[in-house]
Amino acid sequence: MKIKSQRDFWSGLMFLVAGVVFAVGATNYSMGSSARPGPGYFPLLLSFVMAVIGAIVLFKALVFESEGGDRIGAIAWRPLLVIVASIAVFALIIDRLGMVVTVPVLIAMSSLAGDEFRWRGVIASAAVLTAGSWLVFVWGLKLTIPVWPAFLR
Amino acid sequence: MDLLGNLALGFGVAFTLQNLLYAFIGCVLGTLIGVLPGIGPVATIAMLLPSIYTLDATPALIMLAGIYYGAQYGGSTTAILINVPGESSSVVTAIDGYQMARQGRAGAALATAALGSFFAGCVGTVIIAAFAPPLTELAFRFGPAEYFSLMVLGLIGAVVLASGSLLKAIAMVIFGLLLAQINTDVISGVARYSFDVPELTDGIGFVVIAMGVFGFGEIISNLGQPAQHREVFTSRVKGLWPTRQDFHEAWPSVVRGTALGSILGVLPGGGALLASFASYTAEKKLTRAPRIPFGKGAIQGVAGPESANNAGAQTSFIPMLTLGIPPNAVMALMVGAMTIKGIQPGPQVMSSNPQLFWGLIASMWVGNLMLVILNLPLIGIWIKLLTVPYRFLFPAITLFCCIGVYTLNNSRFDVYMTALFALVGYVFYKLRCEGAPLLLGFILGPMMEENLRRALLLSRGDWSTFATRPLSAGLLVAAALMIVVVTLPTIRQKREVAFSED
Repeated sequence: MKIKSQRDFWSGLMFLVAGVVFAVGATNYSMGSSARPGPGYFPLLLSFVMAVIGAIVLFKALVFESEGGDRIGAIAWRPLLVIVASIAVFALIIDRLGMVVTVPVLIAMSSLAGDEFRWRGVIASAAVLTAGSWLVFVWGLKLTIPVWPAFLR
Repeated sequence: MDLLGNLALGFGVAFTLQNLLYAFIGCVLGTLIGVLPGIGPVATIAMLLPSIYTLDATPALIMLAGIYYGAQYGGSTTAILINVPGESSSVVTAIDGYQMARQGRAGAALATAALGSFFAGCVGTVIIAAFAPPLTELAFRFGPAEYFSLMVLGLIGAVVLASGSLLKAIAMVIFGLLLAQINTDVISGVARYSFDVPELTDGIGFVVIAMGVFGFGEIISNLGQPAQHREVFTSRVKGLWPTRQDFHEAWPSVVRGTALGSILGVLPGGGALLASFASYTAEKKLTRAPRIPFGKGAIQGVAGPESANNAGAQTSFIPMLTLGIPPNAVMALMVGAMTIKGIQPGPQVMSSNPQLFWGLIASMWVGNLMLVILNLPLIGIWIKLLTVPYRFLFPAITLFCCIGVYTLNNSRFDVYMTALFALVGYVFYKLRCEGAPLLLGFILGPMMEENLRRALLLSRGDWSTFATRPLSAGLLVAAALMIVVVTLPTIRQKREVAFSED
């Protein structure tokens, strides 16, 4: 068995697996009847349809030729991991360390995702963005974001 | 109630100082993100949702609307000047606009784009004002079965008209519907798919999904591509005013583009993107013996699509405002924004919030006027922005997205979920699965389930209720026809060609 379209193969698999997972989950909730549908009724219906579509996409990816195998191509690991990690770090420290620490950390960290990293530019933009986001979000829009670290408040 | 009276009410609302200010902010922001590559209106609107907590509903929606149509103007600027369309709806503008810029006619191209868009914006506003009331009348006769069928039609239409692979797009819609099932069931009060995580019993925020998939997914995929060589024709932007001959050649295209865009905007899945592609194709066919051939700097190739995308952006508000059914991802966020402000989108908005409804419509005309002023004389400022390197932009966008998600509920959990959806968004991008159908499904999910269950309750479990009620049956037949039509071999080929052009 040869995969004839990589993209569709993995998409189909994704839909199939997600459909099955949601369907299994739906069995935990009462189905009800058609006349009185329960909380599990609609999800089960949907996940069934999604699994079927996933299976069709998968089948087509294995049977029909596509141009150049429709390859997924290189995965941009560095930007992917760095950006996802940066967001997670923001969530981790914002409450405890406040904006004055979190914003520079986020800027410096996410800058690592690009090809170029120059300390001077990063420091300058971190300074501007920290001041700017305080001005816009805290002073201007009056949103509640911790500004200073917890031990200084 | 007549058209003029309604518009007068609307302009009364739109011309208050506060609303003018927010329309202006929206337009500036829209132009800004339109000019900046790598961030679109979906991510921006999602980012700004926390800020509307402090605003009244009317200025908030006026601002968000401004971002959407402002982005259409800004996107064309970069398309013309550096051949990088700031928004996907400006992709075709780049073909001839960039050639015009290379020939030193950037000014004429920009002015044509701006004036064409303004004309389209004016017409679009009138069309909304004229067609919204009768559609609303119709919507009031809808029961749960009709609403369910309408949503099926809306979702099918959205994927039929505006995506690559039909099958994958439908799967994405269902994926979105399923993600919306992670919540507490309104009827029985049972928490579904929450895995005992208390935060998940309230469901995943649509901002989290929009930001993860559209904001971060896009950043990651941009960074994964090799840096593009950009050539900016800044020094050559002079002679802003088009010549008489330009005017003479452009105006029929503007009128055609506006007409086409207005129609396509109303259709589910329509809006700016589809309108501009269709208009370019139409101009290529309809313009007899162009002085300059298409692809080499024909002014018709700028005037038509630019008018069309703006007209489409305007009229795509019609289904959202009258039926509560968003035809594209931006409108889905507008529905979300209305819900945040405690307004249930649907036909009742026009009668229960006439100030909001007509104020929003009138402000679109005001906003279009502002955009012409913003874009033509101030073009130099926007061009300067183009020289900001991406390595400064993407950390800033990351920051604003994080702050946006966090402040929405002051919840760190939401930020973690966004990180997860950033990953998911990149997977979707790599697999060529479109994010827009997912978001539409997600927004419509709860409404669809509620209407399905109510319809079944009313019919005592008889599924044939969807087929025996004439309005509902008509809508379902229309949905089925759409699928049949696009799977016909000849149309399928054309459709594939249309999507491979970008």
